[in-house]
Formats: sequence, C-alpha cells, structure tokens
Amino acid sequence: MLSPVTDPDGAPFWQYAAQGELRVQACAACGEPRFPPRPCCPHCQSFASEWRRVSGHGRIWSYVVPHPPLLPDYAEQAPYNVVVVELTDAPRIRLVGNLVTGPDAPLNSLPPDRIRIGAKVHAVFSGTGLPQWVLERP
Amino acid sequence: MAGLKDATAIVGIGQTPFARHLPEDEKTLACRAVLAALDDAGIAPGEVDALASYTMEETDEVELAKAVGFGDLTFFSKVGYGGGGSCATVAHLASAIATGQATVGVAWRSRKRGSGPRPWRNTAAQLPTPAQWTRPYGLLRPVDEIAMLARRYMHEYGATRDHLFNVALACRNRANQNPAAVMYERPLTREMYMTSRWISEPLCLFDNCLETDGALACVVVSRERARDCRHTPVYVHSAAQGLPAQHHGMINYWNDDPLTGPAWTAARHLWKHADFTAQDVDVAQIYDAFTALIPLSLEGYGFCERGEGGAFTEQGALEIGGRLPLNTGGGGLSEAYVHGFNLINEGVKQLRGTSTAQVPGAATCLVTAGEGVPTSALLLRS
Repeated sequence: MLSPVTDPDGAPFWQYAAQGELRVQACAACGEPRFPPRPCCPHCQSFASEWRRVSGHGRIWSYVVPHPPLLPDYAEQAPYNVVVVELTDAPRIRLVGNLVTGPDAPLNSLPPDRIRIGAKVHAVFSGTGLPQWVLERP
Repeated sequence: MAGLKDATAIVGIGQTPFARHLPEDEKTLACRAVLAALDDAGIAPGEVDALASYTMEETDEVELAKAVGFGDLTFFSKVGYGGGGSCATVAHLASAIATGQATVGVAWRSRKRGSGPRPWRNTAAQLPTPAQWTRPYGLLRPVDEIAMLARRYMHEYGATRDHLFNVALACRNRANQNPAAVMYERPLTREMYMTSRWISEPLCLFDNCLETDGALACVVVSRERARDCRHTPVYVHSAAQGLPAQHHGMINYWNDDPLTGPAWTAARHLWKHADFTAQDVDVAQIYDAFTALIPLSLEGYGFCERGEGGAFTEQGALEIGGRLPLNTGGGGLSEAYVHGFNLINEGVKQLRGTSTAQVPGAATCLVTAGEGVPTSALLLRS
C-alpha cells in the first residue's frame, strides 16, 4: 500500500493524524481554513497559520469504486470504495478517504451499495496513521 | 494594438499511423509526423524557426531539430499539464509569429502510450502535492479522479450513463467512418456499453480513451505567408489557456465549485476575443480522455447552461447533422489518444473540407484541450 509522501506544508496533518487527531490548516490572521495546506493564505496573504482541530464529522460528497487494472496491493482489495467527505465544521474542506466498517478494516469492508452521497460519516484512525471514515448509522 | 485574431493560420498537418503498438520509437515517429506536416504545407524543414510541444513530450527540441534539419530556432516552448497543453502549443506559436519572434512554427506530440508504461503505475514519481491526499486511499488513476467528479455531477444534475453513452457512441460512429482510426469498422452498441466492465464506477471501459502509439504535428505561419501554401489556410481566430483561481488540477475537490473547471476560464477569454459565439460553431473537437469531460466542457464553453451538459447529448446532438457534431475523426475515445493533438488536426481537416466525416460547409471549429487540468482551447475558422 502507498503511504503519504509528505511535504513541509502537509507534514503536520499527518503528524496529528498519527496521534488520532483530525486537524486542518487555518490562517492565524484572518481565520480562513484551507486545504490542501500551503505556505500562505490565499485570502489575506499572511504566512501565519495554525492547525485547527475539527470534529471529524462530515457527509459523503462523492465516491468511486475502482476496479482493476490497479497497483497490486489495491487490485487485491478491488472493488473497493474511495470517498470524498465534506467536513461539517468547514464545508469547503473535503478530504479523500475510504468508507470502512471500523478502524483498520480493509478498503473493501463495506459493500459499495451501502454508500450514498449525503450520508453522515465520522473519522476513525487506523494504525497506519491514515484517517478513515465510518457511517454514522451503519 | 495588433492582436492574435486571424493573424496566423495552420497550413500543414501530418500524422503517423495509429495503433496499439508501432515498432518505431517516439523520436522516429515525431520526425515522421513533423516532416509529413511540413510536406503538407509545402515548406522546407530549413525554414522552421519555432517549436512548441508538451512538457510530457519525450523528444526534445535539440533531437528533433538536428534529425529533420530545422533552421536556426528563435522560439521554443513547452506547455505543462498533459493533455491540457494541446491547444496551447498552437497558441504559443501563433503568439510568437504574430509578435515577430518567429516565422514558421511546428507543434507536435509523439507518444507510445499504447505499448509504453502508464504514468499512474509509477509509484516513485508520486508528487508530494496533491498525491499525498489521494493515492494512499487507492485513488490511483486519472479515471478514478474524474469518476469522482462524474458521480457528483450525475447526482447534482440528473445526468445518466445514457448521456455518457451518447458521447462514446458519437465518437465511435465517426471513427467507423475514418480508416485511420484505431476503432475503424468496430461499431459500438448500447448493449456493449451497458454490459462492459467497470474501470472506476460510475465509469466503464467505453468511458475511457484508447491507449495508442502515434504522433501528429502541424505547421503555423502568418496569414500573409499562409496564402502561398498548398492548402486553404485555417486561421487561428482566438486562443486561450485557462488556470482558474483556486484550481487544484485533476483532483479539483477543494474549491467552492468543483464542477466548474478550467474550461470556464479558457472560454471566457476565447469568446471575448472572437467575432462569433458558441451558437455559431459548426463542429467541435472536445478533449475526451473520458466521456464525462464532454458534458462539463459543453457547459464551460457555453453550448448550454450549467447542469444541461448531459441532456445536451440527447437526440443525436453530437452526431453529423446534430446541433454540434463532435470529434469527427473519432477523438481520443475511438480514433487515437495522443494527448488531444488529433483533435487539432481533425479541426483543420473539417475547415479544409477533407474530413472523413465532413460537416457540410463547416467554417468554424472549436478545439479544446484536457478539461479538469489547466487547459487551453482554439477557435479555428476557414
């Protein structure tokens, strides 16, 4: 499986995720959250930023179900789902992830026909430090 | 101020055969396509002084120039973002020639995508941004990234798989008329489409472009010079690139309105400098790496309103005789996938009146580059 190749802007996200915390970058001057992380604020151009903790609640914005040909580790689990989750606390922040049955469950643990755009989900954290998502009402 | 409008023209086009596998290497194919385009124009290689291609093109200017015998080059440019750069190659040459930096420009693309590697399989070349946010979760290929937008688009506007089929069918029908197309004499039916294997739900096999070996090129000169060339000049009426504010590339999930992409930005500039409107376009060559890009592009370039791109494809609108005949050589879906360069050359054929699926009296053609990535577009007229 691929692990995130981080850069200086993105590294704090993954450090917090490894501690089981979902945080997004926000401008320390004007307060606007932004994703993906970047060196300065596109609204006020401030270089001061903070990592704001979010509730981990959101809704499915869209999803796909990839089938082979895929990289071998992913082909073994296909078909699996990939979702985009829109965060409740910051609706324009959308995170890519997988909808699973619980922490550390495989990518294909939830049948694709259980997935609906708009469904409420919340974040769980796997041992690998990747945030994953589970249905609020499984 | 002297502008770009009709200041330059495409006067030569050339291409190699298209196939899943061609024996020659990319450099040789590039040379063949470029020399064919110059021969078509009636211009000697020694007269070429400008080049433009894609950053993903593997044959560089030095190799091409010394192989085919170009003269001294005074302008050379490469455009990024894969298939988003196709039309910009011509646009850069047109700008250089219109401003006197060069006189004879060649744009080209040579690619062995059919028999060569898929870029998405390269795990070493993961870009830190934005791939760190997507690839670990198994969003691996361009088709996965676009399928995510396609699902949302279908949910929001009620577009259906039948709309996507209409796109695939129109391209296949045109390829069936084009002996050079990979899918010549291979008809597509709704049954085949609806029962084909998934690649990334909601997109199936026939929603994806071909994997092709091949090369194409075209020649751009000033409108004055164009009058002395072999064929009817095809004028570059308007040209634009587009990288919208807060755009995120193909994984455009992070701005306010992810279903409006670079096409909207390119279109605003394109129409601002044109003497005609979308309603006056006789034939369109719209970048079709995936069927789902067509409804988005139809909206972006102003052929219909937001959310109407799916419905626009109904009642044969994209076929010959329809409201907007589409990708008349078969496009990336059914002629060849060479990063959209075949769409440029097909636009030229339509305006010369020599397409294998000729739109009667075609005088204006829109050509677009990849939507979903920073893009470009051309309005051509005869």
